[in-house]
Amino acid sequence: MNTPTSGQYHVDENGFYGEFGGAFIPEMLHANVDQIRRQYLEIMREPDFISQFESLLRDYVGRPSPLYLATRLSEHYGADIYLKREDLNHTGAHKINNTIGQILLARRLGKTRIIAETGAGQHGVATATVCALMSMECVVYMGSVDIARQAPNVARMKLLGATVVAAESGSKTLKDATNEAIRDWINNADNTHYIIGSAIGPHPYPDMVTRFQSVISSEIQSQLLAKTGKKDPDMVLACVGGGSNAAGAFYHFLDTPSVSLVLAEAAGKGVHSGHSAATSILGTKGIIHGCRTLLMQTKDGQITEPYSISAGLDYPGIGPLHAHLITSGRAKVYPVTDDEALEAVKQLSSYEGIIPALESAHALAALAKMEIKHGSVIVVCLSGRGDKDLATYLEHFTT
Amino acid sequence: MHAVNKSIPHTLNMSSIRQTIESKGSNILNIYFTAGHPTLESVPVIISELEKAGADLIELGMPYSDPLADGPAIQRSSEIALRNGQTIAILFSQVKESRKTSSIPLILMGYYNQLIQYGEEKFVKEAHDAGIQGLIIPDLPMEVYESRYKDIFDKYGMEISFLITPMTSDERIRQADRLSSAFIYVVSKSSVTGKQEDLSEEQLSYLDRIRAMDLKSPALVGFGIFDRNSRQAVNRFFNGVIVGSAFIRALEAGQDDLPGTVRVFMEGL
Ligand SMILES: Cc1ncc(COP(=O)(O)O)c(C=O)c1O
Repeated sequence: MNTPTSGQYHVDENGFYGEFGGAFIPEMLHANVDQIRRQYLEIMREPDFISQFESLLRDYVGRPSPLYLATRLSEHYGADIYLKREDLNHTGAHKINNTIGQILLARRLGKTRIIAETGAGQHGVATATVCALMSMECVVYMGSVDIARQAPNVARMKLLGATVVAAESGSKTLKDATNEAIRDWINNADNTHYIIGSAIGPHPYPDMVTRFQSVISSEIQSQLLAKTGKKDPDMVLACVGGGSNAAGAFYHFLDTPSVSLVLAEAAGKGVHSGHSAATSILGTKGIIHGCRTLLMQTKDGQITEPYSISAGLDYPGIGPLHAHLITSGRAKVYPVTDDEALEAVKQLSSYEGIIPALESAHALAALAKMEIKHGSVIVVCLSGRGDKDLATYLEHFTT
Repeated sequence: MHAVNKSIPHTLNMSSIRQTIESKGSNILNIYFTAGHPTLESVPVIISELEKAGADLIELGMPYSDPLADGPAIQRSSEIALRNGQTIAILFSQVKESRKTSSIPLILMGYYNQLIQYGEEKFVKEAHDAGIQGLIIPDLPMEVYESRYKDIFDKYGMEISFLITPMTSDERIRQADRLSSAFIYVVSKSSVTGKQEDLSEEQLSYLDRIRAMDLKSPALVGFGIFDRNSRQAVNRFFNGVIVGSAFIRALEAGQDDLPGTVRVFMEGL
């Protein structure tokens, strides 16, 4: 599924990407996390596992997702802009690549109950979906603020048979939902697997999620080769919340320096407005959800409350792979405000007839902020579709 | 270790956490509360009342925005404490104030990120200078402590305790035994703090298994100890107990009369 690679941008044997990563978890989680650490690579290499994973991605998710040359957008920017259509996956985002992988793994670990956190609800829906498919109990933690702004996804999860539990602590968004999920896991350590939805958390989660999502870059390579005769683009661009779609879109290009890797992070109402989730700029080194990475915090080490119009990017940390890519200079980051993202939603809808998710719109908006080399080949990971954001779009676009 | 203790500018004669437990031997009572809860001023009051009422050790929680290992009672107390303006610097000054009259060993419990941001050595040094004897950092792995921080702890005579749970392997229990310079923190069941249930057969056999390992460090049992019965149920296995969430709930309910609340709560144990 993905050839194990080693190199300066891959996780080392101790679970670190450079100085980021690791597993800083209370002892109550040690046995579970360690079981996954010892077994994940072995399980992911079993022929039986690979064939189950691949056939579900093909027949259930609808992979490979198309790589679409967006002609009018390309004309506008004077480059060949390809959209990796993760929005066309079953359930409408890249998140399901990971949940399919993790539920197959959970079964092999002998777990009978699944928990997850969710921000935009995409990961929650993708988890509830695979739990229905495998007939497993599913509990999804979601901040009460997000429950209000992502109502259609809450309804979907319930219809799929999941229990949605509101996280009422802190900012009542993704960070707090993650805390609650971790507490649930501590309380139910024996029978429960925690399907983390992004490339975050204690080792080996960031690496495991990245490997499941790496199907994205592997397909990009073969699709580009077929379309252009070259497997490597000049640039890959993705939005970053925790970083799973970006990690998946970057994976097979990490060690190819000619491919520039670009991230779009949520600047909310402006990087320094006090209402932002621009972790690469506002973050400092520390521990969040069991991993050492960049995060937004006070001088006393209290994690601060992020803000973005996009529930999926409203996270005060960033996956350790990305912290490493950014601080080492391998990846470049553009902060994108709410308004810029909304503009990009309008643009893609009218140019290409594709309504993107708010998260993905951050990546599209970054195109307008960078210098684009004429004729270059750019792949944008269109991580999800905009259905879940319709209420927000109605509010902003009809008045 | 004790040579360093002499450098503390306190007139009171303080013994280490380990000595305190070993000299009494059994029936140790270690009480946890969150600094800055219910009010910013309550730390010295609660310390002094607990000491008078017969606590052997006190664990002070440093309120944290994201206390992963804690249940609702301690989470809520942390939120309130942070809203009250509690910081680490304030905590150190509160402890210094308490040290003018109190000699009970004090343990700080907090999360690794708080130490990192403060500066790890600076934190350990200032905690020591304020009159703190030990630290508990539930998300600091034993391996990281040993390779990066043990020397710093030793330099300032700071004691540390590691947690073990029913899912901890024998090998890791031995490691916790070797590295815990204060006591081993025996988590009675796999859960966050604050659950109140009777001990199950499974828990009893876990406690038996640990006792049979004949550890060199003293051990205190925490999580789920809330009254005399639950205290006695585990006292016979180990050196004593740690009580946290039940005390927090009592403080919240009885914040109008903190001294009275502490006395009544301690009588109930
Ligand atoms: C469509 C979509 N894109 C991106 C993200 C951000 O997550 P990540 O950074 O893990 O890809 C989310 C999260 O909910 C999402 O729903």
